[in-house]
Amino acid sequence: MKLPIFMDYHSTTPVDPRVLEVMLPYFSEKFGNAASRNHSFGWEAEKAVTLSREQIARLINCDPKEIIFTSGATESDNLALKGVAEMYRQKGNHIITAVTEHKAILDTAKRLEKEGAEVTYLPVDKDGLIHPDEVEAAITDKTILISIMLANNEIGVIQPIAEIGRIAKEKGVLFHCDATQGVGKVPVDVQAMGIDLMSFSAHKIYGPKGIGGLYVRKKNPRVRLAAMMDGGGHERGMRSGTLNVPGIVGLGMACEICEKEMETETKRLNEMRLKLQRHILKELDEVYINGHPEKRLAQNLNISFAYVEGESLLMGLNEIALSSGSACTTATLEPSYVLRALGIGSDLAHSSLRFGIGRFNTDEEIDYVGKRVVETVKRLRDMSPLYEMAKEGIDLKSVQWTQH
Amino acid sequence: MSYSNKVIDHYNNPRNVGSLDKNDKEVGTGVVGAPECGDVMKLQLKISGGVIEDARFKTFGCGSAIASSSLATEWVKGKTLDEAFQIKNTEIVNELNLPPVKIHCSVLAEDAIKAAIADYKKKNE
Ligand SMILES: Cc1ncc(COP(=O)(O)O)c(C=O)c1O
Ligand code: FES
Repeated sequence: MKLPIFMDYHSTTPVDPRVLEVMLPYFSEKFGNAASRNHSFGWEAEKAVTLSREQIARLINCDPKEIIFTSGATESDNLALKGVAEMYRQKGNHIITAVTEHKAILDTAKRLEKEGAEVTYLPVDKDGLIHPDEVEAAITDKTILISIMLANNEIGVIQPIAEIGRIAKEKGVLFHCDATQGVGKVPVDVQAMGIDLMSFSAHKIYGPKGIGGLYVRKKNPRVRLAAMMDGGGHERGMRSGTLNVPGIVGLGMACEICEKEMETETKRLNEMRLKLQRHILKELDEVYINGHPEKRLAQNLNISFAYVEGESLLMGLNEIALSSGSACTTATLEPSYVLRALGIGSDLAHSSLRFGIGRFNTDEEIDYVGKRVVETVKRLRDMSPLYEMAKEGIDLKSVQWTQH
Repeated sequence: MSYSNKVIDHYNNPRNVGSLDKNDKEVGTGVVGAPECGDVMKLQLKISGGVIEDARFKTFGCGSAIASSSLATEWVKGKTLDEAFQIKNTEIVNELNLPPVKIHCSVLAEDAIKAAIADYKKKNE
């Protein structure tokens, strides 16, 4: 086993060697511009791009022509929200999303609000789930778009997308799904789920960084978007700019591997996660799992360790790459807004660790991480005034703290 | 966040972790911070003849908060109450090379010293 261990697969993933291998020729050998219609260099590049569209289409059950390549999910989210808001301005100005969405959605929605849009931010329940009836209740005759993520990047909770899609269809409202953390990990079918627009990104699924896509439905209904990037009219005019062919080739291959291996990989990673979870729960008291226990990604474990602060935990686990919802790890000194949205107290939000398990983790690493987490939490609890007070039977909620 | 070697050293080998008897008349206890803010420090001083003989801490907080309180216990030992009262958070910042976002962790340590002295004085009025 080699150190450091990477267990932060929600942040990014290494490029799978099989993905890298198919990308390499497209840097200096097959370097053509996919938009060059008059020579073999262009044709070769275009052929590779077409194959990639097919690989993606197979994974999400759409027409290959419905894929718009972008620089990643942030751009896809921006394009979906801003593009719909501008294009459907005559129809209405109301957008529905949720409080636990990624910043790429929330900050885009905030900007649209400044420009006159009205945005409803739906709450989630204590497990992190959105209730479809609340989506339905929020729809008005001004609603042009519903944007709900598939799987959450912090707590891995999987939203009832198909139900929300059905409601959107019934009401004639477009439905965008930020599926960045879900595509390639759970089955996605844009037809069955009633999705009209969908964001995804290669670097979350063992492809390269800086390439992603937006699925844009072509019929029933035909979705139109105002472009954010003007120029040569690439990608059906929705996203101009010379295509990143090596990246696109990598994204396609990454999707193909995910499609083929999803079932076995999910099973394997789920067992690893449950093993880590059991180990921690057996050895430590007062630990709390954040997010719905079953409706979540196999790869995600998010736990709060009462009485110890997340950043100090990460510091003690410095040979393991993890992340925390603690405010101390951020520049703003605010704890995770996702955990807060679940009604988790700031104290427990500060105490959280996110384990993102992925393709290249091993059982040996899981055992090691479990052991080191238990050891470090115990050490920090021995130094924690809160743990001491709790053990003395003091109710921490009744203490007069000196806020600062 | 990358930490200075001194922060890492205090985090890995914290000095004077533990508790003193808070009912002892010679012990002053200061608890500052709040769990919701992600940091709580408890600092205890054992004082004899106006001089700090011993100090203990427990901290819930980031590595810089742990290091600040650990350092504070080292610095106060052997000092008179007046001298300890003079310790400034900026001295802790300099000694540990804390970045700007971690300054509040050092402020907490200064506050903890002052709170412990105040508690001792109140007990011995
Ligand atoms: C749910 C979600 N949406 C969007 C993004 C942004 O993706 P990208 O890094 O491809 O811009 C991420 C990545 O952190 C994410 O997890
Ligand atoms: S205790 Fe939060 S930044 Fe130091």
